[in-house]
Amino acid sequence: MKSRDLTELAFRNLREAVLRNSLTTLGVAVGVASLVAMLSLGVGLQTLASQRLNKSGLFDAVFVTSKRGVRGMNGDGPRPATTKSAKPEDAKPLDEAARQQFESLPKVTEVYPQVRFLTEVRFNGASYSTNVLGLPDSSRASGTFDGIIGKAFSSPTADEAILQSEFAKELSPQPATLVGKELTLRYAQRQETSSSDVANEKDIDKQMDEMMSGGISIVSREKKLRIAGIIDSDPAAGIGGFGGGRVFIPLRVAEDLHVAQPNDVQEFVRAGGLSKRAYVALTVRVKSPKDVLKVEEAVKNMGYNTFSLLDATRSLRLVFTVFDLFLGLFGSLALTVASLGIINTLVMAILERRREIGVLKALGATDRDVRSLFFAEAGAMGLLGGISGVALGWLIGAALTWGTTIYLRRQDLPGVKISYVPWWLAMGAIAFAVVVSLLAGLYPAGRAARLNPVEALRYE
Amino acid sequence: MLSNQSPGQAFDRPLIQAQNVSRQYRLGEAVISAINDVSLEIRGGEFLALLGSSGSGKSTFLNLLAGLDRPSSGAIHVRGCNLAAIDSTELARYRRDTVGMVFQSFNLLPRITLEENVELPLRLAEVDRADREVRVAAALEHVRLGARRRHRPSELSGGEQQRGALARALVNRPAILFADEPTGNLDSVNGEQILLLLREIQSSLGMTIIMVTHERPLAERFANRIAVLSDGRLVSDTFCRAEAQRLQSGEQAGEAFGANS
Repeated sequence: MKSRDLTELAFRNLREAVLRNSLTTLGVAVGVASLVAMLSLGVGLQTLASQRLNKSGLFDAVFVTSKRGVRGMNGDGPRPATTKSAKPEDAKPLDEAARQQFESLPKVTEVYPQVRFLTEVRFNGASYSTNVLGLPDSSRASGTFDGIIGKAFSSPTADEAILQSEFAKELSPQPATLVGKELTLRYAQRQETSSSDVANEKDIDKQMDEMMSGGISIVSREKKLRIAGIIDSDPAAGIGGFGGGRVFIPLRVAEDLHVAQPNDVQEFVRAGGLSKRAYVALTVRVKSPKDVLKVEEAVKNMGYNTFSLLDATRSLRLVFTVFDLFLGLFGSLALTVASLGIINTLVMAILERRREIGVLKALGATDRDVRSLFFAEAGAMGLLGGISGVALGWLIGAALTWGTTIYLRRQDLPGVKISYVPWWLAMGAIAFAVVVSLLAGLYPAGRAARLNPVEALRYE
Repeated sequence: MLSNQSPGQAFDRPLIQAQNVSRQYRLGEAVISAINDVSLEIRGGEFLALLGSSGSGKSTFLNLLAGLDRPSSGAIHVRGCNLAAIDSTELARYRRDTVGMVFQSFNLLPRITLEENVELPLRLAEVDRADREVRVAAALEHVRLGARRRHRPSELSGGEQQRGALARALVNRPAILFADEPTGNLDSVNGEQILLLLREIQSSLGMTIIMVTHERPLAERFANRIAVLSDGRLVSDTFCRAEAQRLQSGEQAGEAFGANS
């Protein structure tokens, strides 16, 4: 029999015993719904955790340091992974050329230095000592500014500052009033001077000073910044103590300040005089956490130290996979019960339709035709049950999210989406329902196909 | 009306040849012999009535010839193919392509319309949808049920249901029509109508008809050959007078042709 005719007959038969078949299909739907609800909860929680972790900027980034450089500004960060030992003097400098090389690697979205410096902030005549951190433009997309009072930076080069709320409280008992006001940064700027600069210097004392300093000087500078906003979180509190800023400014502005860094002196001493400017560390941000490994390998091969939290994400994924597996198993139990319902319905249908099977066989239906007809009926129940089950599961998930959000809001916490039904889960659940239904139909369909037509026709 | 002319003398090539067919059933420890060493040849275009009392084995023999059951021993050749030796799929194809069946209790599927019932064999034979519609309409017109095609079997009288079943048996243009007590559930008027239809089909379409009945008068009136079974054995096999004469003249013509050549 052609599959179209088979499907038509199957649906026709299902329609005829509408109550019983609807109840069986509902059983499948409830089974699929419990499976989808459980897994959507697992997926939702995993997505939530991933989003939160991605916001931290730890899992889609490779942290690069030079083999000759310091490990971190505080010197207490995790030990960088080294593939082969190299003499520090042979190691490549982490300079602008290296930065451009990293930027040209595939899957790399952004390369930026960690610009963080201790400085003095002047506001309303008072002076405060604090850390300033340069924030890359990508912070905007990673949710750094969620819940900001005021606004994020108007542009990547704006002379604006965002304050960490605790620091803002130090400046004013009413932090919100600070937005739009101006503060002044006082910082130490590194200046490079060439030998001609030294020779041209008229003041002999200054000339002597510059000759003594060998072409590097540290100058005190000031920069006025407008307060754009205030945030609660500590953005990019990364590895090796790179976080911990209390005043945030656009990274490009921070770079342009040319603030003297501890490694400037180290580089100067190593080079025995004038040296090219090098970074303490660079953060190489990649498209997604799964790209970390390849980029990390490529950077290592270029001769730099790298560090990433890939192992941590792997463990996290493992934990969630086991979690999903257990949720899936519990969800599948309901579907197993539903499949028993399908077997029961179809076995009853065989008893009821024995004579019909006999007639079909007398008219020339092969065993395969009869088997296919019962299979099609089981499959149709699975398909309908699967589709309605996915819809039901989605509704349960939405209700869970809704309930959780209400609860969290009462606790003064932001609402979260704890249930998420991705397309692969929906399709997979429908396919699973059809497969389980077909398996449930195996025995009844086989039994119907084996019926002796003479005996079946004799059945009243 | 019937002559004692032996059908074995017929010169037409046999369509069905049953050779030493037996069918035994096991009922617990006991073995019941429903058909016992029956041999019979049926020529194309015959209207054969299988006559016998209840339990004589006539329906069992019909089921064997129709390919619904297999003999325990012996062979049934239809157009050269031994039904006892082919697998269940080929047997199903034989039932689908060569055989039409009419039952005592009509056996129309109650959940679908008359038209859909008649369409079933065509669906099984994977006939195109457009062709199916034409053939279903023609078959229903043939049994004068064109106006009732959208009715369910429960909305039809017994006679109409049996005519519907006949349309379903004819729609695939089978070579052989098997009818198992087709008048058993009908009153005499409707029963006669069905038998008239069968004879009309036999004469107009040249179809071979094998009918099981226990009503000798009806068999003598409509069939052109009667085989009688008793306790699973063939006890008599006779042609009606007209048929015997037709066969005789054919035989003489054959002999004359043979003498001349």
